[in-house]
Amino acid sequence: MIKKEMIAMLLAGGQGSRLGVLTAKVAKPAVAFGGKYRIIDFPLSNCINSGIDTVGVLTQYQPLRLNTHIGIGIPWDLDRNIGGVSILPPYEKSANSEWYTGTANAIYQNLEYMETFNPDYVLILSGDHIYKMDYEIMLKYHKDNQADVTIAAMPVPLEEASRFGILVTDGEGQITAFEEKPKKPSSNLASMGIYIFSWPVLKDALIKLSAQPGCDFGKHIIPYCHASDKRMFVYEYNGYWKDVGTLSSYWEANMELIDIIPEFNLYEEFWKIYTNSDLIPPQYISEQAVIGRSIIGDGAEIYGEVHNCVIGSGVTIGQGTVVRDSIIMKDVTIGNGCVVDKAIIAENVRIGDDVVLGIGAEVPNKLRSDIYNSGLVTIGENSVIPPNVQIGKNTAISGVTVREDYCEGMLESGGVLVKAGER
Amino acid sequence: MRAVGIILAGGNSHKMRELTRKRAVAAMPIAGSYRSIDFALSNMTNSHIQKVAVLTQYNARSLNEHLNSSKWWDFGRKQGGLYVFTPTITADNGYWYRGTADAIYQNLDFLKKCHEPYVVLTSGDAVYKMDYNKVLEYHIEKKSDITVVCKDLEPEEDACRFGTLKMDDKMRIVEFEEKPMVANSNTVSTGIYVLRRRLLIDLVEHCAEEERYDFVNDILIRYKNLKKMYGYRIEDYWSNISTIDAYYRTNMDFLKPEVRNYFFKQHPSIYSKVTDLPPAKYNPGAVVKNSLVSSGCIINGMVENSVLFKKVFVGNNCVIKNSIILNDVYLGDNTYIENCIVESRDTIRANTRHVGEDGVKVVVEKNERYAM
Repeated sequence: MIKKEMIAMLLAGGQGSRLGVLTAKVAKPAVAFGGKYRIIDFPLSNCINSGIDTVGVLTQYQPLRLNTHIGIGIPWDLDRNIGGVSILPPYEKSANSEWYTGTANAIYQNLEYMETFNPDYVLILSGDHIYKMDYEIMLKYHKDNQADVTIAAMPVPLEEASRFGILVTDGEGQITAFEEKPKKPSSNLASMGIYIFSWPVLKDALIKLSAQPGCDFGKHIIPYCHASDKRMFVYEYNGYWKDVGTLSSYWEANMELIDIIPEFNLYEEFWKIYTNSDLIPPQYISEQAVIGRSIIGDGAEIYGEVHNCVIGSGVTIGQGTVVRDSIIMKDVTIGNGCVVDKAIIAENVRIGDDVVLGIGAEVPNKLRSDIYNSGLVTIGENSVIPPNVQIGKNTAISGVTVREDYCEGMLESGGVLVKAGER
Repeated sequence: MRAVGIILAGGNSHKMRELTRKRAVAAMPIAGSYRSIDFALSNMTNSHIQKVAVLTQYNARSLNEHLNSSKWWDFGRKQGGLYVFTPTITADNGYWYRGTADAIYQNLDFLKKCHEPYVVLTSGDAVYKMDYNKVLEYHIEKKSDITVVCKDLEPEEDACRFGTLKMDDKMRIVEFEEKPMVANSNTVSTGIYVLRRRLLIDLVEHCAEEERYDFVNDILIRYKNLKKMYGYRIEDYWSNISTIDAYYRTNMDFLKPEVRNYFFKQHPSIYSKVTDLPPAKYNPGAVVKNSLVSSGCIINGMVENSVLFKKVFVGNNCVIKNSIILNDVYLGDNTYIENCIVESRDTIRANTRHVGEDGVKVVVEKNERYAM
């Protein structure tokens, strides 16, 4: 009989629509981060570093990249004979086939997977946060409190608290109230979406609420557990934790990595972040190159200037090109004589010579001012930008573009250029 | 596949000075993120040779660590795989490998159990890319007994380090001298051979009966008139690294775009053990020119015409010129390094100066790591 004390269920199905063209073709957890990582590497590395060797990854939206990246879990040593990493997409059942309609519904649809391991505890994680956390310490806290549910939470500024699920405690850590995105928050402890459940409690709640449409942890399971007087505790976390769900938070979290001593330090030996590292020739910095305050991935070739950037592996930056305050994901080629200011350029983009990105005034985006609102140029993966065009701020581009797509060689600030067949 | 691979990786080289104090030549780091043996191993796997034996002996720990999993080169298969053979004491033999032929002799069981008709025999201390199938086809076409892969050196290079060859117009080898005092040919053996497995077993067994132990001197040279030996000339990049100068030059070659393209970008790839290191970081004050920088490096000072291996830390106001800094070196503030090879896992104290005046200087400093 297989027995695992705690298994993890990692929710990685989300689209992450607030990342705009970056997630048009990949799920948010598969978006590149920090030069060589993908967002999901952080929870997966946390799992293996915390001694959790059984992880179910729930996928749904555009899972190809994610599935390829995870494979059989080799980079995280999660290729195990018993347990390891399993990718759990929705599947057809004899009755009631459905997509994952909510976070808890997704877990409910995989009851059988969890039962295989006969766990005492189940850790629920989401695949879109950047942090390092030892779940084993959280589990100990859970056990010490004889809790049914433990929710990781961190203090946030009170004025921002209304964006989160807010937890109110009795001073001993036990939760007395739970407010989902409250107008007038009674505490500043925000739920991080990381839960430890005692397995019988989770199973009971999932089955009881199985008829609930769009069953969700924050909206349904947690209130249900609270209403049925379960012992619920807050595990307060004070380290670095970042939800990279918006373009500006994604950009900021990347930029924080290039501080001299970053708060979130990838260079620490004792809590390594693992990833599916490609073949690894070193990077080449040419005679003319100027590099200031940046991180640069393996296999890059830099002939131009790079300032305050996160550059992925296999990126080529041409002669006379200046790249500033930007995130360039892997395998991007930028031609000669370009200027790139405050841009997020997704994987495998080709940019011709003498292109200027990020000029002009900062005007709101015409189509999606809620997404493209931080002055960034965002370019979706596999896009092509022809030579000698200019692109303004708060813009988004996706697909293979040609010079005719640019009115007088220019995409004004606030414009969107998405080619047919792209989203 | 029609061949098994044998990589001779046992050797020490006194010409490598301090660098082989703790590792075999085949484990020498190359081009920022590889080890010398990666080239032979990748060539094997890229030539679809799926059964490969590595014969190691001298300071094998570093090499064994590198070979800790065969999956890095895609050998982790049920069929075939990677076999690492170090000398063992057996009921009738208690010797170290007394030479290359003896190393093969002591592992003849492996060769006898194989079913592949041919053997590709190579060494672990050269940097090259090669499709061994091409040599094998040539070998068959020529009805050769032993095919020796050879290369014409540039006139300024010293052929006396190698076995030198002379061939007739049909490429049959007519002269073969091992490390001659005066080279009368600039065509050298690359130490890559193709021959039938049965023939290799016979030759090695015969050699052992006569208590001779060296593959080149006691087999190739002695049999050169009895067996049909042909040379297979290569034009592509090939560099043996087993002297300080050659090692330094080979690494520096990777600063040339054509060499970098050939090894880093052109198919097929060179594989190596994957390490999980963050991207290289350039802090304010970093000035880097014409250099290779590997993952995990943190740079504060100046680096010029140099190769930085993984996890090198360059302190403030450092100057690194024309140098090779091996893995995991910490360079304290204000150090000046020129024309040097800095041994891995060193800590160079702040305000230190090392300059290779006439030739390359090998720096080995073992100071406590004092700040991080």
